[in-house]
Amino acid sequence: MKPAPFEYHAPNTVADAANLLAELGDGAKVLSGGQSLVPMLALRLAVFEHLVDIGRIAELSGIERRNGALWIGAGTTQATVEASALVASEVPLLAVATPLIGHFQIRSRGTLGGSIAHADPAAEYPAVALALDATMEVVSPRGRRTIEARDFFAGLWSTSMEPDELLVGVSFPIWGGRSGFAVEEFARRHGDFAIAGAAIGIELDAVDRIRRCTLGLIGLGSTPERARTVEAELAGRPVTDVEPDEVGRLVMAALPSVPSDLHGSAAYRKRVGAAMVARAWTTAAAEARHG
Amino acid sequence: MGEVSVKLTVNGQPRAATVEPRVTLADFLREQLQLTGTHLGCEHGVCGACTVLVDGAAVRSCLMFAVQADGAEVTTIEGIGSPDGGLSAVQSAFRDCHGLQCGFCTPGFVVSVTAFLRDHPNPTDPEIREALSGNLCRCTGYQGIVNAVQQAAGAARRGELR
Repeated sequence: MKPAPFEYHAPNTVADAANLLAELGDGAKVLSGGQSLVPMLALRLAVFEHLVDIGRIAELSGIERRNGALWIGAGTTQATVEASALVASEVPLLAVATPLIGHFQIRSRGTLGGSIAHADPAAEYPAVALALDATMEVVSPRGRRTIEARDFFAGLWSTSMEPDELLVGVSFPIWGGRSGFAVEEFARRHGDFAIAGAAIGIELDAVDRIRRCTLGLIGLGSTPERARTVEAELAGRPVTDVEPDEVGRLVMAALPSVPSDLHGSAAYRKRVGAAMVARAWTTAAAEARHG
Repeated sequence: MGEVSVKLTVNGQPRAATVEPRVTLADFLREQLQLTGTHLGCEHGVCGACTVLVDGAAVRSCLMFAVQADGAEVTTIEGIGSPDGGLSAVQSAFRDCHGLQCGFCTPGFVVSVTAFLRDHPNPTDPEIREALSGNLCRCTGYQGIVNAVQQAAGAARRGELR
């Protein structure tokens, strides 16, 4: 239960971190809050020659409005996101998802960027980023570029970032108007990874028709998933005509493949997932209608 | 893979040492500083027995390397009570309410609850149970622990937590 030896690097700037990652190559891994990485090192499921600790890079922390979106630095802790009034007012889906991550002791250290770069399909932040069409900002010695969420999550625990690229921040679009948001998930114990869950946003027009909706899914694929065909089907309909259970059934029917493991079979996950979608839809629709 | 120097404050005292980077804060506290009140149950972030305060925040010391605590202020279970050995309000409440049996998990619970009540002096029952979900106890069945948190919340509201 002790990690294998590694060389420790603690750069103070993003530029230094990016240069280190490029120089050290495959043997290096970024250490942020360490709440997913350190268990893997302790169990020796992962071994790296070098760890690049980005915890001392001040420019990676912060929450601010930028170009009509809410930018959150990758190194911002989940506890900071949870306590942020700006997150609560501008990106409510992120605010309601955060208390569901691990336990409060985990959120003290765990970071927004760490969770998204780790890309666990059962985690909350990747699903929220996908549901909201967030934009990831990454830096390498070759420069800075942005990656849209739909192109970012490549597979189980893998992203489309290159090995020398560092996630520095995530921009979450701000929804205006009459909108409502909810995250529902089922886990056997509070803080465990969800067996299945849903992260949903709904925006209504003045007469309660669905202007747009987003249906993000947790633990129901090898990446976070989104039921885009169902979103398109629901757009334009009066929200009062939409049965939450119907949304649950439609979403589960649209999923490409649902994982099966010792926590639950694919069939069980689909039943739980349909229920979580229905619950989240109910809450989000009520919030959108009544504020 | 050389050693790295670390300077930090532990229970109010400045400490300096050199450590291998792979040494967790938990192992550093126990083996180099001889502060064995911090217990290690699972060593991969599940059980909560190793919880300490780092710059005031409750964290799992098995999920943090000692080098990451360079410059930080750490409080362990040894720093929770008063220097003369008197129990804190949370510790007294655990004793009064039978919030422990074998005691192995207790340091982690006491540190977690101390941070939780500092931030939430008026917790509801569901909030207490949610806050306790990150610490595992194999003896008590948790009821005594929940009662202890309720009792200590009274002290927290009177500002007498520590």
